[in-house]
Amino acid sequence: MMVTESLRDAYGEKLVELGGRYRDLVVLDADLSTSTKTALFGKKYPDRFFNMGIAEQSMVTTAAGLALSGKIVFASTFAVFLMRTYEQIRQSVCYNNLNVKFVVTHAGITVGEDGATHQIIEDVGIMSGLPNMRVIVPVDSVETTSVIEYLVEETKTPYYVRLSREKFPILNDESYEYRPGRSVTFKDGSDITIVAMGVMVSMALKAAETLKSRGIDARVINMSSIKPIDRYAIIKAARETGRIVTAEEHSIYNGLGSRVAEVVGEEYPVPVWRIGMRDTFGKSGKAWELFDYFHIGVEDIVRIAESCFREEKRYENIP
Amino acid sequence: MADNSQVYEYSVEDLKRVATRIRRHIIEMVYSAKSGHPGGSLSITDVLTVLYFREMRIDPQNPDDPRRDRLIMSKGHASPALYATLAVRGFFPEELLTGFRKLNSKLEGHVHRGVPGVEASTGSLGQGLGIGIGMGLAARLNNLDYHVYVILGDGEIQEGNVWESLMAGFKYRVSNVTAILDRNGVQLDGFTKDVMPVNDIKAMVEGFGWKVLEIDGHNYDQIISAIEFCKSYRDGPTFIIANTVKGKGVSYMENNPKYHGSPPANEEEYRKALSELTLEGA
Repeated sequence: MMVTESLRDAYGEKLVELGGRYRDLVVLDADLSTSTKTALFGKKYPDRFFNMGIAEQSMVTTAAGLALSGKIVFASTFAVFLMRTYEQIRQSVCYNNLNVKFVVTHAGITVGEDGATHQIIEDVGIMSGLPNMRVIVPVDSVETTSVIEYLVEETKTPYYVRLSREKFPILNDESYEYRPGRSVTFKDGSDITIVAMGVMVSMALKAAETLKSRGIDARVINMSSIKPIDRYAIIKAARETGRIVTAEEHSIYNGLGSRVAEVVGEEYPVPVWRIGMRDTFGKSGKAWELFDYFHIGVEDIVRIAESCFREEKRYENIP
Repeated sequence: MADNSQVYEYSVEDLKRVATRIRRHIIEMVYSAKSGHPGGSLSITDVLTVLYFREMRIDPQNPDDPRRDRLIMSKGHASPALYATLAVRGFFPEELLTGFRKLNSKLEGHVHRGVPGVEASTGSLGQGLGIGIGMGLAARLNNLDYHVYVILGDGEIQEGNVWESLMAGFKYRVSNVTAILDRNGVQLDGFTKDVMPVNDIKAMVEGFGWKVLEIDGHNYDQIISAIEFCKSYRDGPTFIIANTVKGKGVSYMENNPKYHGSPPANEEEYRKALSELTLEGA
C-alpha cells in the first residue's frame, strides 16, 4: 500500500514557509481558504492575505494590480470556479504577463460526492491555450512542494497549478526537484509507454504490474509539466516503444492526451490511445468509484494498453 | 523624485489649451487609423488633462518610479485620449501617435502597457478597478503614499466585475484609490439608459460604501477640486461621477452613438472636426 498525502496541505505549508523568506509574497482566496489551505498563510501573515469573498473576478483583477506593483501573487480557489475568470486571466494577467500563480484545488473527478458541477475536467486545456501561461499538474505532495518553491524562486510569469482534494500516493522521494518541461520515468519499459498526469500516474504504475504478468513491459512516465511539455521524453518513447497510451483525470480533449498526440504527430507518428473523460460531465460518487464508472480505472488502463500493444482495433469510437 | 509636475503650475486656461491639443491628436489618430473610438476619448479628455498636467505626481523622465501616482484606463477603448495625453505630457514624442493601430507601432488599438506611461493593458471592460485596488493595497504594504486613479466608462459599469471590486474597495478601505466614471450616457449600441440602465449610480455606489462626488466633467474648477478632495480623503475609497458629453468638442459627434467606435467618415468630416478644435477657441 502506497503512502498518501494531501497536495493542498503541502501547498499551504510551503506558502507559510516561503512567506517568511519573501516579504513580497501575497496570497488571495475567494472564500475557500480553509479548503485550499491558504488559510494557513492568512493566519500567519494576515496583512498579506486577502480574502476577496465569493468574487473570483475581483480576486483575479486585484491579483493583477498587486503583481503590477511588484508583488509575488498566489491566488487560489477551486479549479472549477477559477474558470469563470478565464477572460480576466487572459486580459489582465497573461497579456500583461504578470507574476500571478493560480494554484487551484479540487480539480477533476476526485472531488467525488460534490458531483458534476464541481468536477472540472476541461481546465488544463483552457489554461494551456493562453499565451504566457504555464501549466503544471503535480503528481504528489513532494512534487507540489517543489513546484511552489520553483514558482517563487525562479519565475515571474503566470502559472496554473492543478491540485486535488483527495490525498494522492507519494511517488517521488524527498530529493526530487521540479524542472519545467522535464518528465520523470517512474518505470522503464520497452513494449509500450503510458504517459500519465496527476493521480493517473500511480494507477498507471499499478496497471504496469498487471501488464508485466501478461508479458507486456510498459514504461510509465509522469508528465506533470503540461506546458512546456517534455517533448524529448515523448519522442523517445515513440521511437523506443512504438505505441503510447495517455492517462488523465481530465477530458481527452485539449489535455495531456492531446498534447502528447501533437508532439507524436509532429515528430514521430505512432499510435496514441487516450484514456480520460470523453465528452461527458462527471457524476456524484465516491472519488475512487468514479474511475471505474468512467472507464479510466486501473483495469481500464490495463485493458486499453494491452489492446493497443496487440494492435487490436480501437475499442470504441471517440465522439 | 524630481517632481516635474511642480515646475510649472498650469492655469485653467493653460489646461484648456492642452486639452484642445489632445483632442486634435485624437481626431488625427482615429482618422489616420480609419478606426478607433473618438466619442469616449473626447469625453474624458478634460479629466485626463487635469490629472496628468496638474494633479498627478509623475515624471515622464522616470516613468517607473515606485512612488509615482498611477492611472488605469479601465475603459481601454479610450486609448487615443490616453496615448495623446501621455505624448503631450512628454512620455514619448507626439510624432509617434501616427502609428496608432498600425503594425510595428506600440500604440495598440486598446490601451497597451508597452507604451511609456501606461500602467496596465486594458480593453476588455470591467477589469481596471480591481487592478487599481490591487495597486492601492500594494502601496499600503510597501509604505508608499501614491494615489491610484481608475477611469471607468458608464457602459462599462454594467460589468459585474466592477461591482465585485467596489465590494473589495470598501472592505479594504483603499482611500488611495479614486474611480472616475466618464458618464457620457452612450455606449456602442446606443444610449446607456436604453441598452442597460444602471438606476441611481450615486446611491448604488454609496451603498457599496464609497464616498461619491458628482461633477461636470468638463468644468475644470470642479474637476480640480474633486480630485484634490479625493487625494486628501482618508476614510475610504472615492468615486467621482463626471457627467460628460460623448464626443465633446466636435459638434456632429456629440451625443451620437455612431461615433463611439467610428472615426470621421470622410475628409469633410475630418476637416470639420479639426476646424472646431482650435487653440484660439479654447
